[in-house]
Amino acid sequence: MRSGDQSALAELYDRYSSVVYAVALRVLGDTGAAEDVLQEVFLQLWRNPGAFDSARGSLGAWLAVITRNRAIDALRRRKPETDIEDVIVSVAPDLASNADRSRAAEKVRGVLGTMPAPQRSALEMAYFEGMSHSEIASKTGEPLGTIKTRIRSGLIALRKAFQT
Amino acid sequence: MSVHEQFAENLALYALNALEGDDRAVLEKHLATCSECRLELEQLRGDGALLALSTVGPKPPARARQKLLDAVAKEAAESPTLRQAQGRLSRSQNAREMGHPSVAPRRSWWGALGWAATVAVIVFAASLWKENTALKQSLASASAQAVQSTRELDNLRRIAAPIIAPEAQHFTLVTVKTPPQPQGKAFYLRKRSSLVFVANNMPSLPPHKAYELWLIPAQGVPVAAGVFKPDAHGSATVVNPPLPAGIEAKGFAITVEDEAGVEHSTQPVMMIGTGE
Repeated sequence: MRSGDQSALAELYDRYSSVVYAVALRVLGDTGAAEDVLQEVFLQLWRNPGAFDSARGSLGAWLAVITRNRAIDALRRRKPETDIEDVIVSVAPDLASNADRSRAAEKVRGVLGTMPAPQRSALEMAYFEGMSHSEIASKTGEPLGTIKTRIRSGLIALRKAFQT
Repeated sequence: MSVHEQFAENLALYALNALEGDDRAVLEKHLATCSECRLELEQLRGDGALLALSTVGPKPPARARQKLLDAVAKEAAESPTLRQAQGRLSRSQNAREMGHPSVAPRRSWWGALGWAATVAVIVFAASLWKENTALKQSLASASAQAVQSTRELDNLRRIAAPIIAPEAQHFTLVTVKTPPQPQGKAFYLRKRSSLVFVANNMPSLPPHKAYELWLIPAQGVPVAAGVFKPDAHGSATVVNPPLPAGIEAKGFAITVEDEAGVEHSTQPVMMIGTGE
């Protein structure tokens, strides 16, 4: 893809740009900043398509994670913490189409809805606001260990919902 | 859960980049040697990806697509040979600037040796001048190539505008009452062994089965080029599956196999396409 086929990138953009943009916008809350992250993520894919290992997971999930990480870096005004080649995402559904994502969103909302509010809040603060466990503990006044347990069990609950 | 329990909670935080300090350093040290925990980390990232993937929001503005394609076209137009020639020229100039004064002739007791050094410097300078001239010619030629490439690219973009422009309308014409047909597009770059495959309208599969993509070489047996399962709408993507270097592709084909994939297929070919 690197030097040859820009149309391949255009195909991938058409398929995944709405996921990438939605994630960046959710984290950053600003359309201009989200557009910058969208551009950066696809340019990185263009420059280094080998960074994604298709044997290990879906491109949609990988792009979503890369985008979330870049958006958090932008939110916290820090240099990128991880190299995209080091990010391996295993066994998440591709969810390329809007209809699939709507269904998955409903499922995720269902799982989040059954979680106790403090657990849901800890998970969202860590994922969409990029807060560390100590920042969350200090904000909520909860012990560090409690925050750790909530985040892990929240993630596992999501996994289980998509295994059934 | 077979992951080392003492690391389980920190692994979840690490998957979200939310672990810091000594805990992070200790975990990274452990991850370097524990494949079991690395696998769990990938899985936890996948769990987090569900949160991200389920984010619903507006579509990006149409201008973002064009901005990306313009940036990519600009990068593609930059000739690597031009940069290479510029690098070589710059190195040569540096070498001359650094090397020449250090061997400049001086009057000394070692007069004869001094003259010999002077001659050596002249010879060295002459060879540098010659190399510099050759490099300048190479640079001029590379510049001309770059101009030519830009011209060709502009031409291609004019031709491709109806395909890639965001405001372009796309229509697929089929026989009346024909259901959507399975379709796959493979983009293959032989010199980089790079492959992007995008499929649409693929029929759903029986349990434990998957589609396997095959690269059909100009010579020899088909090479496995990735296993994929379509989503609920029949869409699927394969990006850069592991492929042997430099194989010339005559075409691509798809079979239905067990979900782990096989190295050599005995199944009938379901879809096939040759290069355009």
